[in-house]
Amino acid sequence: MSDPSEKIRCDACPVLCYIKDGMAGACDRYANRAGELVRVDPHVILDRTLEHGGQIVPFGHRDDWSGDLMEDHPRFVTAIGAGTTYPDYKPAPFIISTKLDGIDMVTVVTEGIFSYCGVKIKIDTDRYLGAEAATVRARGEPVGHVTTGEYGSQMLSLGGVNHLTHGGKKEGRVTCDTLLDLCNRKPVELAVDGGATMIVQAGCAPIVNGVQEQRMRVGCGSAAIGMFAQQWFGQVDEVIVVDDHITGVLSEHQAGKVLGVRETGIRIRGRRSTPGRYFHVAAPGAGWGGTNLDDPLSIIEGFDPSKAWPGLSLLMVSTTGEHAAYFRLDDALRPVEHAKPPHIVAFVERIRENCEPALSTVLFMGGAGGSLRAGVTENPVRLTRSVKDMLTRVTSGGAPVYVWPGGGITFMVDVMRLPANAFGHVPTPAIVAPIEFTLTLADYEALGGHMAHVRPAEALHASFAHLVSPDEVNPWPLDHLDPGGRKPRRKGGA
Amino acid sequence: MKERPACARLPDGARLNLSHGPIYLILQAFGTPAAVHAAEQAAMRRFATILDDLCAELPLLRSPACPSGQHPQGATACRMTDAVRPFAAHGFITPMAAVAGAVADEILAAMTGAASLEKAYVNNGGDIALHLAAGSAFTLGIVESINSPHIAATARISAESPIRGIATSGWAGRSFSLGIADAVTILARTAAAADAAATLVANAVDLPHPSIRRRPATDLQPDSDLGARPVTTFVGSLEQPAIAEALRKGRQKAEQFQAEGHIIAAALFLKGHGFNTGDLALADAPLAVLPKTSACPPAHQTMQRISVHA
Repeated sequence: MSDPSEKIRCDACPVLCYIKDGMAGACDRYANRAGELVRVDPHVILDRTLEHGGQIVPFGHRDDWSGDLMEDHPRFVTAIGAGTTYPDYKPAPFIISTKLDGIDMVTVVTEGIFSYCGVKIKIDTDRYLGAEAATVRARGEPVGHVTTGEYGSQMLSLGGVNHLTHGGKKEGRVTCDTLLDLCNRKPVELAVDGGATMIVQAGCAPIVNGVQEQRMRVGCGSAAIGMFAQQWFGQVDEVIVVDDHITGVLSEHQAGKVLGVRETGIRIRGRRSTPGRYFHVAAPGAGWGGTNLDDPLSIIEGFDPSKAWPGLSLLMVSTTGEHAAYFRLDDALRPVEHAKPPHIVAFVERIRENCEPALSTVLFMGGAGGSLRAGVTENPVRLTRSVKDMLTRVTSGGAPVYVWPGGGITFMVDVMRLPANAFGHVPTPAIVAPIEFTLTLADYEALGGHMAHVRPAEALHASFAHLVSPDEVNPWPLDHLDPGGRKPRRKGGA
Repeated sequence: MKERPACARLPDGARLNLSHGPIYLILQAFGTPAAVHAAEQAAMRRFATILDDLCAELPLLRSPACPSGQHPQGATACRMTDAVRPFAAHGFITPMAAVAGAVADEILAAMTGAASLEKAYVNNGGDIALHLAAGSAFTLGIVESINSPHIAATARISAESPIRGIATSGWAGRSFSLGIADAVTILARTAAAADAAATLVANAVDLPHPSIRRRPATDLQPDSDLGARPVTTFVGSLEQPAIAEALRKGRQKAEQFQAEGHIIAAALFLKGHGFNTGDLALADAPLAVLPKTSACPPAHQTMQRISVHA
């Protein structure tokens, strides 16, 4: 595999475009995906040879190629571009049989129309995006809400049936457009009521109030103290890691105590949780460590004169190292800012170095528990049971999914792991997403599958399809599916 | 792995689809069966080498046009150069601004040179060349959004009209734009002229605004003829006065081109707002501008698509 940062030269036509990673050529049909030249128009068939350095098999009307898609190499037919047979009393568009190590396997391929679906977005930022449960809007319409704050990130939950179909007509349409763009990795502008306006794009850094986020925090303020206390010990008298959630103070923190850091007599505003860990030192905002602070000294009430001493050195730093200032106490025990000496600069740089790049990540979540199952089997609940019993593997565009426990087939998939532009929509409004069910032919027959519609993969003609290299981080969809099935792991089972 | 030029009959049994690399043509000829056959054969013959011919002169075609510059060799390349030279005084433009229209004109010329047709069109991804013999006409349909394809506006072009080319440009389309127009549709005497003018008018629909994201063209396509010029990658929400100001600047450019005789009419669209310029009496029915509707799709999905109806 070539270096993904390098541009590649496409030789599909005489234009010979140079294409950068993640970009398409002038034709919009060939793209550079992590250094590999791939086709990006449906119907998509994952071609396993590509990941082993093979060449893209041409398609179309060529003299030098028989046109059989399945010759030579293992392929997996994805549902991208497969179409649908809604209302699904008809068998799914493609029910494909393949042989895997001598076992006959079946993959039922359909594009599901998901009225019940949404996206879960994780935005790596310390900046204040809005209050929990605040409404998130796109083009003025409510499309979801702010949900929990998680480690170094803020979660948004968008879509769902209440916005797609139970709100106003425009609300449903805008929600559908927003979900579609996010799933197809396009940028979307979102505004939180009483909070930030941001541009979110799967796999890219979030842009919050016009500022592109660079780093995800190294940890909370207290965690940062724990991580680096030993490196700081003896080099600086006091360190305060400013954090809207948990601000850490070296000399009071357990890590400082264990090392024997001398008490500094510092008094911090906010509510002390445990020694050296403070909540609510300021209000949330776009300043230091996700607070509204521009002047970090405003969180210091003062120094106890019986413990502090003139010349005491103090580093104040945010959880990403993006903000930092260095002070020494004067004779009146007031902090005075000084230029950061080289070892202090190195401490701040170490924090920055340990921050991961900030990203927005998007998981599509949809429920395939409804009529779609009838396109797979005449007895839909058996498909649900088969998925729960892990006899049937669910994939979305060939990407692995997480099937939520409990009733139905509600799954989540990282949109970055599907081939490009895998999602569509219908005006209902609803999102069209690819879904494939893979199981043994014997199991398929047992659950009441549409046996008369099973076609061998070799029967798929090239003109239907094009080939893409699978995402190398995805497991091959047909691998490790135990033909005998796994024993159901049910609590209380025999 | 080199792909060869491909040819397919579309499922309606009438239209022909020719594709090679970035060129994707849909064409149809009308006339006697023998004439239609001869025209299609001529189109395919011409198409077989058209991309190779262009690529042989790519460095020259990617260089800024100037009135006294070197003239290219190929017929399509000459159409491109001829189309952009009148605009060279208006600022940066390369012959590539007319490539889609010039290819449509060139294939249409091959067809009409081989047979006597009642009418014909060559649609190159929305840039369309028309042939109209006396007494015939085409109706153009404008689709508001490719995601909800219905005809939102129509214009009838008859043989008496001088219009033989239609082209559309916008930031969300296949080619890069320096402006923020969702779409600018130009009617002109050739598809190449319409293509060049649409590019420049769409570039002119612009203003500085924090909701607009731009990136150097070469960041996106290293060999872009636009070099490091900032191309639009995202247009967020715009206030009403900003929309009006951007459209006003585009309109100024369109009216100037029209006054100088380069184009016949223009329609500009931005965020569900728009208007047209030009002597629309030249079309039998006005190219009606879409009313502002609440159903305006997001800008990055709004790309005018024009279809031709017999």
